[in-house]
Amino acid sequence: MKIEGQIRIPSGCAISAAISKDGNKMSGEMIINSMKPMHDRSNGLGGGFAGYGIYPEYKDFYAFHMFFDSRDTRKKCEAFLKECFEIVKSEIIPTRKIPTIKDEPIIWRYFVAPLNSVLVSLQSEEKDFVAKTVMKINAEMPGAYVFSSGKNMGAFKAVGFPEDVGVFYKLEEYEGYSWTAHGRYPTNTPGWWGGAHPFTLLDYSVVHNGEISSYDANRRFIEMFGYKCTLQTDTEVITYIMDYLLRVQGLTLGEAASVIAAPFWSTIVAKTDLDDRKKHTYLRTMFPSLLITGPFSIVLGFEDGLMALNDRLKLRSMVVGEKDDKVFIASEEAAIRTMEPYAENIWSPAGGEPVIVKVKEGAF
Amino acid sequence: MQTIDAADLDYRAINEALREAGNDFIIEGCCGQKFIAAGMSHKNLTINGIPGNALGAYLNNANITVNANAQDAVGDTMNEGKILIHGNIGDAAGYAMRGGKIYVQGNAGYRAGIHMKAYKEKIPVMIIGGCAGSFLGEYQAGGVIIVLGFHKDNKRIVGNFPCTGMHGGKIFLRSSCEDIDFPKQVTARSAAADELDEIREYLSEYCSDFGYSIEELLSEPFTVITPDSKNPYKRMYVAN
Repeated sequence: MKIEGQIRIPSGCAISAAISKDGNKMSGEMIINSMKPMHDRSNGLGGGFAGYGIYPEYKDFYAFHMFFDSRDTRKKCEAFLKECFEIVKSEIIPTRKIPTIKDEPIIWRYFVAPLNSVLVSLQSEEKDFVAKTVMKINAEMPGAYVFSSGKNMGAFKAVGFPEDVGVFYKLEEYEGYSWTAHGRYPTNTPGWWGGAHPFTLLDYSVVHNGEISSYDANRRFIEMFGYKCTLQTDTEVITYIMDYLLRVQGLTLGEAASVIAAPFWSTIVAKTDLDDRKKHTYLRTMFPSLLITGPFSIVLGFEDGLMALNDRLKLRSMVVGEKDDKVFIASEEAAIRTMEPYAENIWSPAGGEPVIVKVKEGAF
Repeated sequence: MQTIDAADLDYRAINEALREAGNDFIIEGCCGQKFIAAGMSHKNLTINGIPGNALGAYLNNANITVNANAQDAVGDTMNEGKILIHGNIGDAAGYAMRGGKIYVQGNAGYRAGIHMKAYKEKIPVMIIGGCAGSFLGEYQAGGVIIVLGFHKDNKRIVGNFPCTGMHGGKIFLRSSCEDIDFPKQVTARSAAADELDEIREYLSEYCSDFGYSIEELLSEPFTVITPDSKNPYKRMYVAN
């Protein structure tokens, strides 16, 4: 597996998501189909999906999805994991051999729980320890990449068109209450397996259409807090920013959105709601290095919901629609119509206006 | 009248079918195919379903009716003809259009009419029935953009930063625009009777297309925005 620097394939994107507010399960087939009308937004150099609620039988364990470049690397990584984790199940992620997906790495999954003795001796909080382990493997173990590490969720990604990636991973056999999808058209970085979306950490996953001009400023800031950007694609930093703001700093989703897609100062100054003005002033002052500039439309997945967000200038498209208990989000209305021909209340959120959809308490 | 079933066709196949003999077409089951009717002349086309991005790009005197919403970049760089949308349109509608008409019943996304231009008898016209998103008429260099504000929710008739970089053409908003901030390099004022007369022909046509009454439409005040050549546009993107 070659990474950025060893090869470079200079070459837009498509995103899509569906969620049931009642926690009803949907097979992966629908979300795969949603990518078909947006085929031309991708160029075959990356596709991926995240599903939530897909591992109910192992819901108390972190599901590590991993790429390995060789059997040796896998053995080494397993030995490392066994030092700190109980591994309750390890298996090859089932895939189909199809002509459109080639040169796959070794793709494996582990359901794990950190050993209590390790947590106690390190005085470490569980999620923090898991996140640090992911960073350590991705940064320090050549040829091994954790591309998914949440509970009862999983990311599935590859080099190829998204509809082929979905078939490759047999996603029609998984059932989740929430799904996101991505078709990639890499503009600055190579189309390699680790560079496909979603980018995940713990149960956070991000699919992104766009290109962050503030990448390096964001990266330098976030790496001060133990995160390591190893996948050489701008979207990766958004995932770590969201983990930092939501899990570590304890911000609400809306506040985190106001940090990364902060309104212009002129817009903040013009706010008549004084509390709102104060809040935005505070957030922009506290986290200036986490303002994400450049075009983006993203869908953030998390345990109990989704958040869709556009950059404040809205330089990428995003459409939202609803039907009964379901909410659909996509780069194009055509994708929503493919999932639900009778979707209602089709609308486009404004730039910087987060759309937050939560699954009912207890339904996931 | 020929019917094209778009269910299993990509955009190339749809456009090839449209280029064949005949002028009148209906596309059924459209779902996201982009570039429909790009560059075409002398066609009358009705679309059922959702057309993809860049519908009618470079359109050169064809008529397109869409019985649904349309996506981004409707009428990109169109030259002549008419696009009628019985729904909303996405972002960047009429991007750099230099002639023809885009009439929309519903709302427009961001950057409607970005860089529209005009030359002599070529005057592009865009009419939006509902409200428009931010950056309406960004870098507008010519032509006429009209927003009617028929939308029912409480949204402002246009979002933030309208007319940024505008240096030609006119925008008419059917509102007194007290809640809208315009940039310093444009002049916004109450539209005079003779200015409304200039656009009356377009408004009448719009009313007959969508079944509105012109008297009712004209019963509200209009604000007209034109560039102020003494105070030209300065960049906004670089300084945050």
